Amino acid sequence: MTQNYTLAELCISATAEAWRDRGEILATGIGLVPRLAASLAKMTFNPDLMMTDGEAYLVSEPVPVGPLGDYQPKIEGWMTYDKVFDNLWGGRRHAVVTPTQIDKYGQSNITFIGDRSAPKVALLGVRGYPGNSTNHANSFFVPGHNTRCFVEGEVDMVGGIGYNPSRWPGGRKPKDFEISMIVTDLAIMDFQGPDNQMRVTHLHPGIELEQVRENTSFELATASEIKQTPAPTPEQLEIVRTFLDPHDLRASVFKGNPAGDRRTEPHG
Amino acid sequence: MKVDEIAASLSDGMVVGIGGWGGRRKPMAAIRAILRSPVKDLTIVSYGGADVGMLCAAGKIKKLIFGFVSHDAIPLDGHFRAARQGGAIECVDFDEGMLQWGLRAAAMRLPFLPTRTGLASDVVAQNTNLKTVKSPYTDGEELLAMPAINLDVAILHANVSDKRGNSQIHSPDPFFDELMARAATKTYLTVERLVETEALGGREGAHTNYIERNLITGVAEVPHGAHPTSCDPQYGIDVGHLKTYMAAKGEDEWAAYCDQFVNLPDQASYVNAVGGEDHIKFLRLPGF
Repeated sequence: MTQNYTLAELCISATAEAWRDRGEILATGIGLVPRLAASLAKMTFNPDLMMTDGEAYLVSEPVPVGPLGDYQPKIEGWMTYDKVFDNLWGGRRHAVVTPTQIDKYGQSNITFIGDRSAPKVALLGVRGYPGNSTNHANSFFVPGHNTRCFVEGEVDMVGGIGYNPSRWPGGRKPKDFEISMIVTDLAIMDFQGPDNQMRVTHLHPGIELEQVRENTSFELATASEIKQTPAPTPEQLEIVRTFLDPHDLRASVFKGNPAGDRRTEPHG
Repeated sequence: MKVDEIAASLSDGMVVGIGGWGGRRKPMAAIRAILRSPVKDLTIVSYGGADVGMLCAAGKIKKLIFGFVSHDAIPLDGHFRAARQGGAIECVDFDEGMLQWGLRAAAMRLPFLPTRTGLASDVVAQNTNLKTVKSPYTDGEELLAMPAINLDVAILHANVSDKRGNSQIHSPDPFFDELMARAATKTYLTVERLVETEALGGREGAHTNYIERNLITGVAEVPHGAHPTSCDPQYGIDVGHLKTYMAAKGEDEWAAYCDQFVNLPDQASYVNAVGGEDHIKFLRLPGF
């Protein structure tokens, strides 16, 4: 008998897998779910991970989200942006980020939608996407799996590079480039299909493959056996609920805070 | 010197680097002085926040060389977005690390520094000014030649300094202020407090002295001069004020914002206008 869990909690435990078996590297999760996922990975199967307080210090224990009360971050080192860049250019990092657009190559965009000269929507800028994607493995968390995110053709501004040999220098894959996994509100995917085609490996409980295909603008490969995304363990739920996110900020990630198993009723 | 003297020293079309990062330690009093001045057509280099947003709103920017514009606590800046969407500014997008590399090349007085970063992305494909080089060694790797970003002027905000420009940054992250100073012909510093050299804290204080004084052209004392961005450990980001600034979307609303917060005789009037010293003192430091 498994415990009830929300879709946000399912996505947190699924995304935490991005940091399994990665050893002593810097774990960066941008946004609430990726950050909680990195924190969960550090507090369970990969205690060697390095994490920051989001400001300038390395902490030996992940800092909970929301109002901290009397909690004092357990500082173990100094990690300025200068050092973050040096560290990531050295390749010892895995980041999980949330692009606005992703294409079939895994190229990603957070800069603008539309045309460069006068874009329809201006977003952040390229931030660290080119450097991150070139120098170390990355994964994505996508809260809204739809055709506006998973676009036809190429993304409007390629920030994060992808499995697109026509863009690679000399046609050779950059040495440290890898997109390990994509966790969405519907499924888990990777790039292990033929010729690095995006491939569905897991469906969240209650989700059909057809739903994933309808919400993606390009063809998807499928794993020989598509598994159901594993439910968070009671230990994982305990850590997320009582320590990492005691104020339940994760309840606001998905509209209506749906159950992790979509065949059951929404959480109260 | 005064912040309005910093602004008056700028000429049209200059390349100006602005220190800090997003919502943190931006020389905002100097930015407001630029808003009050007639200078125009600036090329701005920044890890951008309200500095870029306000300069966009005031129509001061011709070209923006940047990695992002964000307030951290609020992800996107409406004034920057409107300027980019309207085609009012030319945007040169760089990865955050490429920006650092370009400033470092300028700091080292080199024409470029090689990197893999940017290759295979539109940062390079959409920018015809960028070239690659081939490694002259046996690996023969093709690398991007990140061009030096030479600045006419850098404007930075620090916690303290003496009159000669022996400055200290007490915030936990010095960001890339030092590289901006090295990449610039002239660097102006605004500080929370101007102190005597003896009050800089000797050996211990010297560890927070990132920029040597021969790089500093002038220092202006402006208490709370980074507001509405943070200046750790003195004060945090004023999210409420940033919302007021973001709400000033139309021409009339922006003019009203400027009347209330920009076109003021001095920094003391500004501090009063935003709620006084006690308001700023209790702004929470950023934490994510």
